[in-house]
Amino acid sequence: MSALFARVVAHRLFWPVVMLLVLFLINLIAFPGFFTVTIRDGHLFGSLIDILRNGAPTLIIAIGMTLVIATRGIDLSVGAVCAISGAVACSIILGSSEPGSLSTVAVAVAVALLIALVLGVWNGFLVAVVGVQPIIATLILMTAGRGIAMLITEGQILTVNSPPFKFLGSGFWLGVPIAVLIAAVVFAVAALVTRRTALGMFIESVGINPEASRQAGVRARGLLVVVYTFSAFCAAIAGLILTANTAAADANNTGLFIELDAILAVVIGGTSLAGGRYSLVGTLVGALVIQTLVTTVYTVGIPPIATMVFKAAVVTAVCLLQSPTTAEALRGFRERLAVRAGKGIAAS
Amino acid sequence: MTKLLDAPQQPKLPVRPSMPPARRLGATIRNLMTSPKYGPVIVTAVLFIAVFVIGGVRYRGFFSGQVFLNLLVDNSYLIVLAVGMTFVILTGGIDLSVGAVVALSGMIAASLLQTGWSPSVVIPLLLVLTSVLGLLVGLMIHVFKVQPFIATLAAMFLARGLCYMVSQSSISITDPVFVSLAQTRIPLGGNLSITPSVIIALIVVAIAVWVLHSTRFGRTVYAIGAGEQSGLLMGLPVARTKVLVYVISGFCSGLAGVLFTFYTLSGYPLTAIGTELDAIAAVVIGGTLLTGGYGFVLGSVLGVLVLGVIQTIITFEGTLSSWWTRIFIGALLLVFIILQKVLTARRR
Amino acid sequence: MPRTRTPYSQNRVGPGGRIRRRMPRDRPADDSMESTVTNHTDPPTAVVEMRGISITFPGVKALDDVDFRMFPGEVHSLMGENGAGKSTLIKALTGVYGIDAGTITLAGDQVSFSGPAQAQAAGISTVYQEVHLLPNLSVAENIMLGREPRRFGSIDWRAMRRRSAQLLAGLNLDIDPGSLLGDHSLAVQQLIAIARAIDVQAKVLILDEPTSSLDTDEVAELFRVIRSLKEQGVAILFVSHFLDQVYEICDRLTVLRNGKLVGEYLTEELLRIDLVQKMIGKELTTLDDLEQRARSVVVDESDASNFVNAARLGRRGAINPADLPIAVGEVVGLAGLLGSGRTELARLLGGIDRADSGELTIRGKATKLRTPRQAISNRIAFSSENRRDEGIVGDLTVRDNIVLALQADRGWFRPIPKKRQDELTQSYIQALHIRPGNPDALVRNLSGGNQQKVLLARWLAIAPGLLILDEPTRGIDIGAKAEIQKLVFNLAENGMSVLFISAELEEVLRLSHRVVVLRDRHVVADLENDGLTVDALLALIADGSVEADDADAASGTSGARDAVLGASETSDPLTIDNVPGGRR
Repeated sequence: MSALFARVVAHRLFWPVVMLLVLFLINLIAFPGFFTVTIRDGHLFGSLIDILRNGAPTLIIAIGMTLVIATRGIDLSVGAVCAISGAVACSIILGSSEPGSLSTVAVAVAVALLIALVLGVWNGFLVAVVGVQPIIATLILMTAGRGIAMLITEGQILTVNSPPFKFLGSGFWLGVPIAVLIAAVVFAVAALVTRRTALGMFIESVGINPEASRQAGVRARGLLVVVYTFSAFCAAIAGLILTANTAAADANNTGLFIELDAILAVVIGGTSLAGGRYSLVGTLVGALVIQTLVTTVYTVGIPPIATMVFKAAVVTAVCLLQSPTTAEALRGFRERLAVRAGKGIAAS
Repeated sequence: MTKLLDAPQQPKLPVRPSMPPARRLGATIRNLMTSPKYGPVIVTAVLFIAVFVIGGVRYRGFFSGQVFLNLLVDNSYLIVLAVGMTFVILTGGIDLSVGAVVALSGMIAASLLQTGWSPSVVIPLLLVLTSVLGLLVGLMIHVFKVQPFIATLAAMFLARGLCYMVSQSSISITDPVFVSLAQTRIPLGGNLSITPSVIIALIVVAIAVWVLHSTRFGRTVYAIGAGEQSGLLMGLPVARTKVLVYVISGFCSGLAGVLFTFYTLSGYPLTAIGTELDAIAAVVIGGTLLTGGYGFVLGSVLGVLVLGVIQTIITFEGTLSSWWTRIFIGALLLVFIILQKVLTARRR
Repeated sequence: MPRTRTPYSQNRVGPGGRIRRRMPRDRPADDSMESTVTNHTDPPTAVVEMRGISITFPGVKALDDVDFRMFPGEVHSLMGENGAGKSTLIKALTGVYGIDAGTITLAGDQVSFSGPAQAQAAGISTVYQEVHLLPNLSVAENIMLGREPRRFGSIDWRAMRRRSAQLLAGLNLDIDPGSLLGDHSLAVQQLIAIARAIDVQAKVLILDEPTSSLDTDEVAELFRVIRSLKEQGVAILFVSHFLDQVYEICDRLTVLRNGKLVGEYLTEELLRIDLVQKMIGKELTTLDDLEQRARSVVVDESDASNFVNAARLGRRGAINPADLPIAVGEVVGLAGLLGSGRTELARLLGGIDRADSGELTIRGKATKLRTPRQAISNRIAFSSENRRDEGIVGDLTVRDNIVLALQADRGWFRPIPKKRQDELTQSYIQALHIRPGNPDALVRNLSGGNQQKVLLARWLAIAPGLLILDEPTRGIDIGAKAEIQKLVFNLAENGMSVLFISAELEEVLRLSHRVVVLRDRHVVADLENDGLTVDALLALIADGSVEADDADAASGTSGARDAVLGASETSDPLTIDNVPGGRR
């Protein structure tokens, strides 16, 4: 029994899940109808659905970020890529004669994703071929990216009136929000592609021990380009959802700080920033924790603005719990306890 | 070890072959340009002069002393921020919290002044508060081995969140001392003038130059950037220094916040978003290696001036939109990072 | 010779020319020493006295009950192969590592340093193997930092430059103290590190491999400085794997092996061959039957059947151009001391480092290996001696580690089916007795021997034509060792070529059809293993060119096929090693 308990506690998802449950509990106390999901107009409604829907963009980006972080990297440019993809899509829709037609939207989305792929390859090129540290390589696009988005929108907030585009952000299919469906598809694709092929193993192996991986014949270069490209692709999808949700491309504010939320989700999910083993499920939990936190702040009646303070508290708590110093201190504490217990037995 | 001086007169080991003077000068210049220590700074200086000259040729009234002085007036807070950031980056760290701390210190100043506190209490209090925040970040990084990126991210969330807690809207400052500090122009003769902020910024720069160049603490900062292990083996106070750079960055952010309020005469929770990127960009463009170990405070000042002059040119151009600034900064970052990469790779 | 060749040391010399040490505690019974001399009768007291030092790292006993001492005015050398514990002992003395057991006495006082700064303050100066200086700072700072002269709180740059200029002049080094350290060659940096070390009025100066990047003149210069310091009564610890240098400068030797003390000797009374023997050690043979079988195998040696043929293959600063043919099904042993080029040559064959001269022919086809991946697709597997940093992927499972190379060779989009992975893993777990036999265990939690077996499994899984094993049996227990030896033998019987590197010569002789001997980055002999003896190999490994004739004779008597190669070329090992940047 206690062995089982120890194993559960030792599991890397233990603390994130506990955190999520605690948040759920707080919500339930503050708002008894929290878990109620109703069907209105054929759509699912309820706090949980809101959490899923609002958390979808962060989750999508966090999935790409997880793979980047697993290779010992980081991608700071995702927020900027969000803004660019939104700007590209909106300006194409605005520029077309039939903004409401499905084909226009399809072209707009396709071009936006394609441009994101180029940006991703660029990041990957800087990291893998030029050999720039990931944090710095992606800082470049982070800085320049919003300028590029502004260039595309010409400094305006582009408001589009295109039902098919709007559908991406706020539509429903079979009662489920489209954003949630897209997130589910991205999650499934990422999980299948990395775990059903050898990609996941190579990513982890390069993240854990690059030199051993090189000697075993793993080609890190191509792998890194793929991973950064995927991250930018995810960012573009999230950017499209965010833009479609408000039906407006705002180069300044679309996806602002979302890179930080995504990194946070990955870290909460138990993937170490030092690279190596990653957990997409953990990232899912992490993204949910963040979004639930935001929702909780609303429901409990704290000014929503204070969310950032709570996020800071969560980051700090998670980092300190994961810190080797803490682990050592805890081990020392446990040993002392054991010694004391041993003495107690000896005495009796 | 004078006892060794009575060594037998042997031919000295040839270290550098002697050259004719003209070629020696050429070699010296080449050496300077390709040195990771001086190369990037020289390039930045040349760039600054070139941009300034181009501006002077293209625009009437650009080539004046006051345009140059305005670079200092408009960017005095950024200079102070860049000084703090230089310390952090020289050790190989990074501080993402500076923008948020600027906003926070502005908010606290505005709200305390509003309730009638005296500036002579408010300003020291702010500097202590932000230094303590820096201390906490430093301890998190050194004691708990949290990556600088994440620790300062937490501080950024915290500071930004606290801003909103203080007030969600702009608070204007009517305190006579602040107002007079904001409006005072110090004449330099010949229609030229600067503000008290410029003087404060220049004092900070002077102190920083002295500390980095002439104290054991300063040299330890450089030593950590080149190799923490080597520094330890040389018996340098690595731990203390590593924490202290974040205290300095915190202090500089607080001071920059005060200077910023002199400039805007208000506190607003959304100010200075992305300022951390400007500060990092200024430091990198100023020739400080992001991996640490190489760089000068004066380089960072030069970096701020380059950013400033680009902004000024865009203002003078009129038709160029402001977002070009971001793109230029991104492009400059790219150029300088690749330049650093090439210089350090050549040396190895 | 300074006065420190003391009557004391004469006292200690036993009949066999060995110094026997009397330790106040019980020593193992095999230590058949005269136990009459006690410490307090020794006239000059040791400046450093370390007793019963033990240090344990997770999973490894790095030092096991080691005694060590140094006398003022004496140059002492610490000798031993990879993993013998030299660096650990030095770091224990300089306070980098804490000790788990034992005592350290410095000039009569028991000390316990919590860091290098304290040790330095107490008079122990160290120049580490890797240059631990700061390339971004000036030469003067690198010499003086930590005790820089100050005026009114600021560093007195002029005094600092002046003082460093003096120190540099003392080393006959004509460089500007204001120049950047990183602008100087590795050799000059090394001398600057020494200048730093001698600036403190040190009682003890530790030089860990100080000559590995110096050329002959620079070494001579360094030795002049060492002698000068010696005359001033400084105790100097000189670590080098160049035997010539050790014999030139050192008065006394301490030999370590596998974290244990072998003994302390006077240099002039210990023959080189005995020294090498003590460093490498002799181990009781448990697999005698293999030897007989190994010799009965007939290998076809015509060029056509060579699996690989390296012709004048070399890399600047690592290994001089060397010839190395390996026939199909042949086990070739590489013998030589650490730093002799044995690993470096193997790395070229495994595609880990790129050769910059010579040609490599694989299965009769000229091939250039640029990456390990190319080597693998040519069915050459290289198992590194550095298991932790270049071998295992610690946080992955046993299964993932075993299939990694095979999967990398297939490409990511052609995953090995889960079922096949499990079969592979299970079969290797059983064949190699990997414990725990759980495919999902993380490799970092396995013992060293089992980690080594996992790596072997990884390489066997790609069905290599040539398996390069660099020290596969180092630091693992005797049972695993025997299993690995047996496996190598069986593989060769089934037609796999093996290049086998080990510091243990018995092991090399037991397994190899042919033994290639390296010394000072040259191949010095290529011998058929036919009646070859450990002593003959030792002679080849140990002797400088002066004794090359002896070596020739030794190999001649042991029935070697080839004469000693290129002995004349190696007359001065230092000229070979003067290429800076040889260390990666």
